Amino acid sequence: MANFFTDNPDLKFHLTHPMMEKIVALKERNFTDKDKFDYAPMDFEDAMDSYEKVLEIVGEICGDIVAPNAESVDQEGPKIVDNEVIYAKGTQENLDALVNAGLMGITLPRKYEGLNFPIVPYIMAADIVSRADAGFVNIWGLQDCAETINEFADEDQKSRFLPRISNGETAAMDLTEPDAGSDLQAVQLKATFNEEDGKWYLNGVKRFITNGDGHVSLVLARSEEGTQDGRGLSMFIYDRNEKAVIVRRIENKMGIKGSPTCELVFKNAPAELVGSRKMGLIKYVMALMNGARLGIGAQSIGICEAAYREGLEYAKEREQFGKPIIQFPAVYEMLSTMKAKLDASRTLLYETSRMVDIYKTYMHISEERKLEPAERKEMKRYQKMADFFTPLLKGLTSEYSNQLAYDSLQIHGGSGFMKDYPIERIYRDARITSIYEGTTQLQVVAAIRGVTTGGYVDRIREYELMELRPELHGYRRTLIGMTEEYVHAVKTVVDVKDNEYVDFHARRLVEMAGHIVMGYLLLLDTQRDEQFKTSTEIYINMGKAENTSRAEFIHNFTLDDIGAYKHV
Amino acid sequence: MGFKIIVLAKQVPDTRNVGKDAMKADGTVNRAALPAIFNPEDLNALEQALRLKDRYPGSEVTILTMGPGRAADVIREGLYRGADKGYLLTDRAFAGSDTLATSYAISCAIKKIKDFDLIIAGRQAIDGDTAQVGPQVAEKLNLPQVTYAEEILSMKEGIVAEDDKYGVPHAKLAEELDLKINGTLEIKRRLERGVETVVTPFPCVITVNASAPNCRPRNAKAVMKYKHARTVTEIQDQSEDYLDLTLDRPYLKIEEWSVSDIETDTKWLGLSGSPTKVKKIENVVFQAKESKRISNDEAELEELIVELIDNHTIG
Repeated sequence: MANFFTDNPDLKFHLTHPMMEKIVALKERNFTDKDKFDYAPMDFEDAMDSYEKVLEIVGEICGDIVAPNAESVDQEGPKIVDNEVIYAKGTQENLDALVNAGLMGITLPRKYEGLNFPIVPYIMAADIVSRADAGFVNIWGLQDCAETINEFADEDQKSRFLPRISNGETAAMDLTEPDAGSDLQAVQLKATFNEEDGKWYLNGVKRFITNGDGHVSLVLARSEEGTQDGRGLSMFIYDRNEKAVIVRRIENKMGIKGSPTCELVFKNAPAELVGSRKMGLIKYVMALMNGARLGIGAQSIGICEAAYREGLEYAKEREQFGKPIIQFPAVYEMLSTMKAKLDASRTLLYETSRMVDIYKTYMHISEERKLEPAERKEMKRYQKMADFFTPLLKGLTSEYSNQLAYDSLQIHGGSGFMKDYPIERIYRDARITSIYEGTTQLQVVAAIRGVTTGGYVDRIREYELMELRPELHGYRRTLIGMTEEYVHAVKTVVDVKDNEYVDFHARRLVEMAGHIVMGYLLLLDTQRDEQFKTSTEIYINMGKAENTSRAEFIHNFTLDDIGAYKHV
Repeated sequence: MGFKIIVLAKQVPDTRNVGKDAMKADGTVNRAALPAIFNPEDLNALEQALRLKDRYPGSEVTILTMGPGRAADVIREGLYRGADKGYLLTDRAFAGSDTLATSYAISCAIKKIKDFDLIIAGRQAIDGDTAQVGPQVAEKLNLPQVTYAEEILSMKEGIVAEDDKYGVPHAKLAEELDLKINGTLEIKRRLERGVETVVTPFPCVITVNASAPNCRPRNAKAVMKYKHARTVTEIQDQSEDYLDLTLDRPYLKIEEWSVSDIETDTKWLGLSGSPTKVKKIENVVFQAKESKRISNDEAELEELIVELIDNHTIG
């Protein structure tokens, strides 16, 4: 009888951010659907009420079904029977419940039988599902692929594939190959056009494909013979009903064991081209992966939430030396820092989601009518910010999810190392978040542009100007000091005018920016709700010290010092 | 093809989380102190109805509930999960009803609804735990009843002229008992020591056990579609937004019947129709009176097993 939405008031707090009024008005095109669909909202309040009611359903299913199933799903895992992936019993139950509840095409337009929700409530659902079972969110969350189809496929493809996803079919994104992991430009799976029947056919192998046996797959393949780089790749839709792909094996993984990670062999598999040839990697996969990275952000935060709750509960109950261990400084510091990182991660998640919401909705509107110059400018602005914030979010929060899982397990002591408590599974599940959809190191590569072009500082200066109650001004002063220190460090690194030097310090700089951004976001949350004050204080204390140590490292370092690090 | 199914549902105080103030001094339930929920076994009943609707397209599921105005929540909950419409039976005249008066009022409302193939109810409500209302409704409507149902295996239209595969002479029974028969149902019952499969003609009344499958979750689109569904009283209350919506969208109007909307003999209603009187409420505190220590050896364990079998604790 648990509800993972209503038992966590932080979620409603982020759902009701003041910017939602704008987001909802854009997404609902001023509520014109209400005469065409009986489930469309009348106005802003009605829409918000719907999001909340639907998230209550998600919370209930997660509390009553998904979370209780997590342990058995972890033990049982999926299997292959007659070339078909059969989910663990609990996974199938989870999926059936979410399908019955109509929660598969959350962001898709109503004409494709979706709910037409903005990204914010969708990501919130992913946040909730991840807390219940981080492995399961991979299957359910692949509805992201539908968003890519909605963006780039033609009308005919959209009307054939999207309603299927809205009604419960699952998806997959088939990108990785044995020799093309982080470097997707090396993808070799071959797409050949048959002049006779006017169809494309796929041949080759894909590896590490999450839910590889999903109903609708987006496949990255080499359509231009003789090419070697990303410009020879196109994107295709493969329909499982074609039965032309063999699921060769399911990987035996350390964590997220309920999610089937497949090796696929395409044998002359008929597929449909999405959008234009050669744009597969350059445009479509980039969009797909940005969406997926936001999803991993949500997954990381769900894991943080689960890890924090497990640690807190254990520390309150476990007694040693005659008192609950939470009363020892070493333990309460760990827990309060975990909470601060959790709150910081979550506020960054929803800030990023709002940015994506605004620019993506403008993009869809621009297909219906010409945007006003001011609207176009706003779209560009938010798109740019989202491009900076997405890797920052994915990179930093996935690391936090690992840290929280580690600390929570540490609080459990020897018991945490046993299979008796959920933290052991959470710890294993967390590990992948900083690896897939681009490792933390690759997120840094994407985020460093935000450092060197001043993208983060621009946004930080905007936060600086926002209204605060007088008693919060002290935190702002600290953050302003941290910003000066950061700007100075960036200048020091950039002034060396050496790309390898920038790459060497990139993670340090991105993390410094992240600490300031999250510090401000927490401060702005506190302006709206006093309950975030403790986390703000703790996070800024921590961020300040962490940034100073990074700045110190940078200022005491020269280009020549890199040499020592190459002797490995 | 399709069947008309009525689900009897009750709004009950959530007795699974009872606090100190759950009972009033006079021995009645303090409803204000307990959250009101959809009676759990009625949700099992609703799920059976919805499964029939899935299996036999064109079927219609109607929720019937009796209670105060806020029991309209039960109907909305039903609509969110796939029911098609609902009736709220509400009137001061029904206040204080025990199971007899309740089943009388409900049977009168069902007579007014008139056109139905099947009535499904939960086995019992968690506030009274009597399990009487379903069977009493069946008796008052002169319908066959099947209790402790766990699964409806099939529902077939038409009179079985011959005896069915279990040798039940449907046509003959119908004549003897003066039953109108629309078809036959095959039902699995969960009994204390096993399961039993029975065949019954319908219309009939079925009461469903908690061991039946849980009810499906609320559906997002249905929630958004029906969240503004209101009864006449709720509309007149004026405190709600979007009231004019019910004018354009008739499906948002929840039928509300008072005593004057159904044909009744008022002496059978409410307190006057309720022979049950609460004489005394006692607080029962469970405590272990005797305990017995058994050492871990074969002989004593053997003795314990024999004793438990003898007193029917296990067997």
